[in-house]
Amino acid sequence: MANAMLEIRNLDASVGVADVEILKGLNMTVRRGEVHAIMGPNGSGKSTLAYVLAGHPGYVVTGGEVLFEGQNLLAMEPEDRARAGLFLSFQHPVEVPGVRLSEFLRAGYNSIRKSRGEEEMSARLFNQMLREKAQLVEMEPSLIQRSVNEGFSGGERKRNEVLQMAILEPKLAVLDEPDSGLDVDAVRIVANGIERLRRSDRAIILITHYQRILDYVVPDYVHVIVDGRIVKSGDKDLALEVESVGYDKYEEELEKSLSG
Amino acid sequence: MTSPRTISKETGIDDTGYKYGFVTDIETESAPPGLSEDIVRFISAKKNEPEWMLEWRLKAYRHFISLLDNEQLPKWAHIHHAPIDFQQIIYYSAPKPKKKLESLDELDPEILKTYEKLGIPLEEQKLLAGVAVDAVFDSVSVITTFKEELAKHGIIFCSMSEAVQNHPDLVQKYLGSVVPYTDNFYAALNSAVFSDGSFCYVPKGVRCPFELTTYFRINTAQSGQFERTLIVADEGSYVSYLEGCSAPMRDENQLHAAVVELVTLDNAEIKYSTIQNWYPGDENGKGGIFNFVTKRGKCQGVNSKISWTQVETGSAITWKYPSVILQGDNSIGEFYSVALTKGYQQADTGTKMTHLGKNTRSRIVSKGISAGHGSNTYRGLVKVMPKADNARNFTQCDSLLVGDKCGAHTTPYVEVQNNTAHLEHEAFTGRVSEEQLFYCRQRGLSSEEATALIINGFCKEVFKNLPFEFAVEATRLLEANLEGSVG
Repeated sequence: MANAMLEIRNLDASVGVADVEILKGLNMTVRRGEVHAIMGPNGSGKSTLAYVLAGHPGYVVTGGEVLFEGQNLLAMEPEDRARAGLFLSFQHPVEVPGVRLSEFLRAGYNSIRKSRGEEEMSARLFNQMLREKAQLVEMEPSLIQRSVNEGFSGGERKRNEVLQMAILEPKLAVLDEPDSGLDVDAVRIVANGIERLRRSDRAIILITHYQRILDYVVPDYVHVIVDGRIVKSGDKDLALEVESVGYDKYEEELEKSLSG
Repeated sequence: MTSPRTISKETGIDDTGYKYGFVTDIETESAPPGLSEDIVRFISAKKNEPEWMLEWRLKAYRHFISLLDNEQLPKWAHIHHAPIDFQQIIYYSAPKPKKKLESLDELDPEILKTYEKLGIPLEEQKLLAGVAVDAVFDSVSVITTFKEELAKHGIIFCSMSEAVQNHPDLVQKYLGSVVPYTDNFYAALNSAVFSDGSFCYVPKGVRCPFELTTYFRINTAQSGQFERTLIVADEGSYVSYLEGCSAPMRDENQLHAAVVELVTLDNAEIKYSTIQNWYPGDENGKGGIFNFVTKRGKCQGVNSKISWTQVETGSAITWKYPSVILQGDNSIGEFYSVALTKGYQQADTGTKMTHLGKNTRSRIVSKGISAGHGSNTYRGLVKVMPKADNARNFTQCDSLLVGDKCGAHTTPYVEVQNNTAHLEHEAFTGRVSEEQLFYCRQRGLSSEEATALIINGFCKEVFKNLPFEFAVEATRLLEANLEGSVG
């Protein structure tokens, strides 16, 4: 327990004003160096979990607690979570018109450094690092000088998210469907990028719909989430089981256990 | 032309034969409050102006009075303020219109804080604040080299007062040729009582080697509330002029009614950039400058170009429409604007592009940002006259809202009298989106840093038209101004 990086206990959360409960008593423990895959059908609460961990203001935590390296994560502002080493790869990254990707990332990078009492990095050095890391996801170097995500293809946006993870070097990366909407080749590129960012001191929560990406990023644990709860946990073989039997089975089981 | 009131005043003076009833006040270098023909004559005499200049001022004065008597104040702008008492204003106060401060300690700490944020050097801070600056101040030598360099190219750059004395032909030819005193209420007032301003003439074929700025001309930096600027670019010449400074200016005058006229002859180009950061009033909307400015350029010659870029972040009320008259065939007019209103600031700003010549082109990019209780209006007119074949215009006016107590309004007018014209209009109004903010914060930026970054991106198209150092200052200025406006 002592080396748990993330401890989620009985987490209840709902979305915005509609007050629709999405997470219902979710429990999970993640230690450093581990990769946890979270699989589940649409609307099961996968993205909600990612947003709640990162502190999106549109979600309300109604119960439970989350400890990140022993700290009360839920009491922290989103930027403080980022500065503490939590990174979210967005399923649908937004555009920030007029702000160059290099400028955007350097602002965040330096803000994080400043919060740790480190010196800011110059634009020249930063851009050099950015160009080097862009190779990790085979990203077109010209994109770095373009406005954030503006006119980026779906694949370019996903690669851009992994690039940002490579730059910000988080302790915990929550990757929300980094493979959605990608063709086979693009999944391989993104997945290889993630795999190369695996470290013994870094934890990754990989949210996905499909087993495919897990061929490249082989998880230590797989969790199946249905209706806001983890209904089954296992090793990488569980992902293959999900792929063959579908989510219906888990949904039925959950229904049975709730009525029973 | 003249109203009965004016005549009676004239008579009154003629009866006594006592021309300047406030002669003792000359000692204190300041006229009593109020506007009269005497005051106009006094200002002109004080500046030792030639007869033609006085005549012009008087005509303007009479026109102004007739407008005032008939209550023809401009009321169409989307701004609100208590009526201005024109008889309470001091129209002449020289040569030291502002009290010199002994040290920066006497300055409003809020202004000092902004200077620090903007990273303005100490000596420059003193200059801006009106603190008596040492004669050994580095800039003195800068100014001298600068003047020598200008003279080498035959460029005239001096105060308007000096120009009236030393270059009367040029002044007589061009003053009022773009903004006649009959143009509007405040232009009439300015023409009657203008205190000083800048004059620039760039001779044929000369490309001014550096950006001109009033900063280098400290002798008239304190030209007060009724500034008059005239820039003439002769055939084939080019000049870039920077007005203002990003630091807030200490100023006790509430009403600023400036007039700026630009003239380009054949193949000439003028680029005019402004950063305006006058005192906006306190957090409750008390005080602050009323910035009622008439700025207009005339592309008189063929293939000439006038480009306005403005960053308006100060003043309680901003009322200005830097415009271009596209008279010469193939001439180009541009207007790039960022206007930020926060607190209780109001801005009604935009441009007028009047296409007269053939193949004339204009481009308008306006970015309005409202925060706090700010109100921001874009008002623009694109006018294509019957002979302006193949005129083209592109207009983009975008508004960004920060918070839910501010307002943005867009009022574009179009008048086309030639069916070969081609006009495009794009507009966007939106908020700094929660998703954008969250994305930035997830990458480690505070919500203030995130908002500033998003707004800077929104303004990028305008900022890139500013000279580099100015663009950097504009960015920092926006950040400084937004501080505390983000909830």
